[in-house]
Amino acid sequence: MSIELIGITVLWIFLYGYLIVASIDFGAGFFSYYSDLTGNRNVVHAIINRYLSPVWEVTNVFLIFFMVGMVGFFPDTAYYLGTALLIPGSIAIVLLAIRGSYYAFNTYGARDSRIYKLLYGGSGLFIPASLSIVLTMSEGGFIAETNGRVELLYHKLLTSPYAWSVVLLALVSVLFISAAFLTYYASKAGDRPAMELLRTYAIGWSAPTILCSLLVFFSIHMHNPEHFDRMLSLSWMFVLSFLCFLIATWLIWRRKWLGWSFVFVMLQFAFAFFGYGASHLPYIVYPLVSIHESITNPAMGIALIIAFIAGLCLLIPSLLLLMRLFLFDAAYVEGKRGK
Amino acid sequence: MAYDPVLYSRMLTELTFAFHIIFATVGVGIPVMIAFAEWTGMKRNDPYYLLLARRWTRGYVITVAVGVVTGTAIGLQLSLLWPSFMRVAGQAISLPLFMETFAFFFEAIFLGIYLYTWDRFRRPVSHFLLLIPVMLGSSASAFFITTVNAFMNTPQGFTLKGGSITDIQPLVAMFNPATPTKVAHVLSSAYMTSAFVLATIAGAALIKKRDSLYHRKALKLTMIAALVFSITTALIGDLSGKFLAIYQPEKLAAAEWHFETARQVPLVLGGILTQDHQIKFGLKIPFALSILAHDNPNSVVQGLNDTPVDERPPLMVHYLFDSMVTIGIFLMVLSMLSVWMVRKLKSVQYPRWLLRLIALSGPLALLGTELGWFYAEVGRQPWILRGYMKTAHGATTSNQVDLMLLLFCILYVAIGFTLVKVLGRMFINNELHEELKNRGIEGGPAQ
Repeated sequence: MSIELIGITVLWIFLYGYLIVASIDFGAGFFSYYSDLTGNRNVVHAIINRYLSPVWEVTNVFLIFFMVGMVGFFPDTAYYLGTALLIPGSIAIVLLAIRGSYYAFNTYGARDSRIYKLLYGGSGLFIPASLSIVLTMSEGGFIAETNGRVELLYHKLLTSPYAWSVVLLALVSVLFISAAFLTYYASKAGDRPAMELLRTYAIGWSAPTILCSLLVFFSIHMHNPEHFDRMLSLSWMFVLSFLCFLIATWLIWRRKWLGWSFVFVMLQFAFAFFGYGASHLPYIVYPLVSIHESITNPAMGIALIIAFIAGLCLLIPSLLLLMRLFLFDAAYVEGKRGK
Repeated sequence: MAYDPVLYSRMLTELTFAFHIIFATVGVGIPVMIAFAEWTGMKRNDPYYLLLARRWTRGYVITVAVGVVTGTAIGLQLSLLWPSFMRVAGQAISLPLFMETFAFFFEAIFLGIYLYTWDRFRRPVSHFLLLIPVMLGSSASAFFITTVNAFMNTPQGFTLKGGSITDIQPLVAMFNPATPTKVAHVLSSAYMTSAFVLATIAGAALIKKRDSLYHRKALKLTMIAALVFSITTALIGDLSGKFLAIYQPEKLAAAEWHFETARQVPLVLGGILTQDHQIKFGLKIPFALSILAHDNPNSVVQGLNDTPVDERPPLMVHYLFDSMVTIGIFLMVLSMLSVWMVRKLKSVQYPRWLLRLIALSGPLALLGTELGWFYAEVGRQPWILRGYMKTAHGATTSNQVDLMLLLFCILYVAIGFTLVKVLGRMFINNELHEELKNRGIEGGPAQ
């Protein structure tokens, strides 16, 4: 495998990791606020809080990793995306900042506050939308380069059906992934009412997720036919993704093997995400940046890969420890262990 | 004022950085202080110190959260505001940037575990051990990110050919001449600042409630740490001066308003600079700059006139440098005095004036940190990569930077305001008394 292929694969894995953990996190924040509004606070609040508290910090790191890795492996991307994304990128930072700080203020601060919770829960829904703009832009047609100046064509972006279908998909899949995970977590805690409530959320968001995926599929066909053709040649991945979705939803419906149902949700998104990514190659930003032209210096590429492997040797055991203590520790999940 | 993306990019970066550095600094130092407290509590079997560690940790998490989000902002703004710079330098600095996130990841995982396992382990030492990866992670991320900044001051390990860089040696770039002094100064000043910040809490509380045993213990612990770290910081600061004399003479010369290259150069404190570069009202200490630069009163120190006019840093950095050094020396003397007083006044109340000074020490230390960073950063203007790339060539060409500057101003004001409110509620109007009671430490039912 060439360095550029390793590089983009590593980055894509991180983005996938972020997709899963951040979805759980964003969705949980939203459900927590929503249940507060609908008077179901007591039902799900404890469950959500017990999961989020030890892991919220870790979630952020996946995103930073992706950004830094992108600059490291493909410095040209930093140039094009950096210049074009000033406004959407800044808005995403502001939302992330509001969300992160008000989560901490509310959870660790001296008092529960409605406003803090609104800022935290509400901002979480807009982040996936603002981040998904990067995926939209990578399909090409939204960046203009004239006389060495890179600009984002806002008018084109805001009127593009493709852009809106991606935003929609980002939103509903966040809610679906999160609800599926929390259903599993609640059932593990033996918290029947919370499980039932979260299960209805999961079922409710399953159909929109698939509908939006189809919408994205068709709008890619209109927006970038070349990419659509490459996706068709990888169609087996999307078929598998759909199968995983069916199994996951069926398991949630039957209230059975909820752990496995979440694994299938993860597989569903893995197949779709990697199928999409693989068909996107060799372009990072179509047609301005391809992985072959913008690759970093080989010495740095190798150094990054070594650092990456060394880092994983440190991270994987620590992550396992974290999961063992807070996800797979029955006493903690059931709330029998205090702070 | 005409629209200038470079100016606004600089302002926005300064704003984010100035806000972030507060949380980054305490983020590196406070885990060390928590470790001291928990260790002392465990060794002496003293519940006061254990409670101290717990309460510090609670406040610490909140500052970490703000540190994480502002750090994310810096990380993304690097590419958003300085895309041309990142296109060139991204190749050389991505290794330490990458490793910084690894270190931070490591810290984040163990901090999450530490927070929720206070009463979970049979042996208390297991919980204490979780702090070691937290301290390692936070200090390592400071280390890696500082090497990036050091690289911008003394770039090496690559060749620049027509706008693109080749022949990169990642480790040579990382371990550049500025790395040792910068990293050491950043780490020790972060430990020092955190010690003073925590001392401020104890000092302020003792002004209100003069007989609190809990706060007396906190004051004693923080002041001993503050003394050790402020001496270390001063010693390393001296080494940093010697580094500048050799590798960045224009930065040192600008800080000292030193124009003609000469031997036996005096050091100037304060003063005003006239149009024709004469110094008025300044306090001159003979030979001091030569001693600071080369440890030898007869040594030659390069003056600013040897640097081309368009490559000189702004001369106002003199005030930044002087204020930073003054604060540093004042705090060192204060910590010496406090440690001596704490020993002398074992059971007698501390004098009010001392407590007032201690209550001021944390904000002062933070101010010193800010001034030091501003000196280091403004002092390398007009370069973004000293000797290679000017700041004006690294910035974005976008037309909306001013709008973003406004947006981030509002954000930081909002976060800063809430943070002060939340922390204030936590420490000033606290229920310390009740917590002591509940834990059976003081006044309540027997243990």
